[in-house]
Amino acid sequence: MKLFAIIIVFMTGAALIYSTLDMPDWGDPNSPASLHVSPRYIQKTIEEAATPNAVTSVLADYRGYDTLGETTVIFTAAVVCILLLRRFENDKTV
Amino acid sequence: MIRLYDDLIIQVVCRIMIPLIQFFALYVIAHGHYSPGGGFQGGCILAASFILMVIAYDLDWMKKRFSEIKNTFMVALGIFIYALIGLICILLGAEYLNYGILHKILPADPIKVRALGTLGIEIGVGITVMAVMVSIFLNLTTYGRHEKGEV
Amino acid sequence: MEIIIGKYNYWIYIALMMIGFYAMITKRNLVKKLVGMNIFQTAIILFFISTAYKKNATIPILIKSQEVIDPAQYINPLPHVLMLTAIVVMVSTFGVALAVIIMLYKQYKTLDEDEIIEQLE
Repeated sequence: MKLFAIIIVFMTGAALIYSTLDMPDWGDPNSPASLHVSPRYIQKTIEEAATPNAVTSVLADYRGYDTLGETTVIFTAAVVCILLLRRFENDKTV
Repeated sequence: MIRLYDDLIIQVVCRIMIPLIQFFALYVIAHGHYSPGGGFQGGCILAASFILMVIAYDLDWMKKRFSEIKNTFMVALGIFIYALIGLICILLGAEYLNYGILHKILPADPIKVRALGTLGIEIGVGITVMAVMVSIFLNLTTYGRHEKGEV
Repeated sequence: MEIIIGKYNYWIYIALMMIGFYAMITKRNLVKKLVGMNIFQTAIILFFISTAYKKNATIPILIKSQEVIDPAQYINPLPHVLMLTAIVVMVSTFGVALAVIIMLYKQYKTLDEDEIIEQLE
């Protein structure tokens, strides 16, 4: 069983390492990920959002709806923890 | 009063450090426009100060200052602030979360007001993250009973 | 040699991911499985952060006095934003999973997966 798991893990790793041969090099300024939308975020962040920190302006301004959904995720996590675990003194269930 | 298993050095150091940690957390939230930081990071630091209170003193000492009702209320308050800012934008006639329209009610020009809208939602996110971290920590460590454990 | 210098960061994260994946599929203790899941998520976060890097670039906080902004001077802000959200989701899943594990322990008095399945039958 353990041998089987090791074989699966190494096969996954080998497939991923094979796929990295097509990835851009480390620190390549012309990689596709840094050419599509991020130059616009960097260039326009002061004149459009008045925020020098590009991470904050993308997080809260350009993609604010995304952040709202994700705040809902942690809100849900807190609600789930309270509902699952919170027990009061006179509570006889469990 | 010094109880069994209390360490005087830790308590005195924490009494000095906790306000500084909270002050730094507010700085991280409010200064997120110009330096690394923002609502998530500042909220986590603020939660760490409350967790430090529980570790250094005990649960009752912390609950006297930040009760469970306030905590659960603030879990919902932060996300309510966030959604409310979006709704105000709709009521003023723009899209949801388009802060540029807030210049009708805030004293700033349409570009600068976007920074203020960003600050508003960072505060909302910070409140929610702080309350959620404290709530999860207390519920996990006390098995949901919120009592002082035996040392 | 060029391939090793250009890609070794990906290989490190793949090794980290393999450790987490191995822990997830072989360990029988539920907490150990959870730690494996956390290592897996950390590997993915590090992978995304490393794709943001550009050589000779600095963090994406702009200097106001600059007239013309060259995007090659600042690293890519988008993976940082996405991973900031991913870290928070990671904390949420970890908290909820620990809560579920506590409930399982109260019900079955064990954390071993096989013993829980035995008691279910």
